[in-house]
Amino acid sequence: MREPQPYDDIPGTTVFDAERSRQGYHLNQFCMSLMQAANRERFKANERAYLDEWPMSEDQKQAVLARDWNGMIALGGNIYFLAKLFSTDGRSFQFVAAVMTGASQEAYAKMMLEGGRTPEGNRYSSEWKSRG
Amino acid sequence: MARIIGGLSTSHVPAIGAAIDLGKTREPYWQPLFAGYEFAKQYLQQVKPDVLILVFNDHASAFSLELIPTFALGCGAEFRPADEGWGPRPVPTVIGAPELAAHLAQALILDEFDLTIVNHMDVDHGLTVPLSLVYGQPAAWPVKVIPLAVNVVQYPPPLGRRCLHLGQAIGRAVASYPEDLKVMIWGTGGMSHQLQGPRAGLINKAFDQRFMDLLEHDPQAAAAITHVEYLREAGSEGIELVMWLIMRGALDPKVREVRRFYHVPASNTAVGHLILENAGY
Repeated sequence: MREPQPYDDIPGTTVFDAERSRQGYHLNQFCMSLMQAANRERFKANERAYLDEWPMSEDQKQAVLARDWNGMIALGGNIYFLAKLFSTDGRSFQFVAAVMTGASQEAYAKMMLEGGRTPEGNRYSSEWKSRG
Repeated sequence: MARIIGGLSTSHVPAIGAAIDLGKTREPYWQPLFAGYEFAKQYLQQVKPDVLILVFNDHASAFSLELIPTFALGCGAEFRPADEGWGPRPVPTVIGAPELAAHLAQALILDEFDLTIVNHMDVDHGLTVPLSLVYGQPAAWPVKVIPLAVNVVQYPPPLGRRCLHLGQAIGRAVASYPEDLKVMIWGTGGMSHQLQGPRAGLINKAFDQRFMDLLEHDPQAAAAITHVEYLREAGSEGIELVMWLIMRGALDPKVREVRRFYHVPASNTAVGHLILENAGY
């Protein structure tokens, strides 16, 4: 059972703590296996068959197949491990960051060039709820 | 006697390494960032440290979830650039300083810092991007490097206060080494950034500037910043800033700022860079 944590009220943020690391162990180790070219080839040839070699939950496998990055993070994925997966896809950190925020690539890149996302209104979940 | 001649801090964004490796440093997006490191290039040619203690974090390259050392001191003779999934960066092998590292390992453990000792470790962009920023693209790195890897991937990283204390212990350990060596300590990572989730892209310039001010003038206050404050204010990956406190701890209580540079953005990240010299007590 997950205990409440003092960072649970930060909006849009999933802290990769020990409990999530436990939950995501095989998902992240699957990602780690993609560091090797031979594994990347086998994965690309048949993603489902490759995933079935890992003792991951069906939800985790479906999130990988759908490239549901927020879903993978919710299921224990860590961004540095997921980087092995999006690198296999030829995607960058900035590409995936944009996808996770729901912004277009252009809008996200523009936001970063203009100084990034301000902390104002982005510190507490209550601030996101109140803006609807 | 060995002595610490100063400290340097810098962010270590992977896209910076890619920009260097792909010859993009003069492109309009990157030019202001690289211009910000020209001072450091000149400075390092003047002060010529013999050894760097380079505090960095591995990003699921050398360490997967199989093994997660909080502090891992690189005691090997050399460290190869890691293949992070798209081939190793085309940079020289990092040459260690195993005799000094062995001394540090022994001194630090006896000083109650229970480090992991690593003799074989590939080093990823966390270590090689700072070297590239400051030394450019040489055929061989002009300095020996003792890597000190800190876990900031799985929460919790070591507390800021613990990092400051480790830095102080490193300062004592270096000072007790009999060989006449000029040692510089680098702290890398940060500044504010968040790479994951719907809040990705967070940048907090006010936090970053305050952090640099506190680090210089009131390191105890910087060390008292809580993990939750880093996460909330500097983003989920901004917590890497605890590594700057190890650098700071190894310096005198009073320091002189010889360089400060701050630039937004490099990819998703606020880039910060300091050079500090010892100024006594």
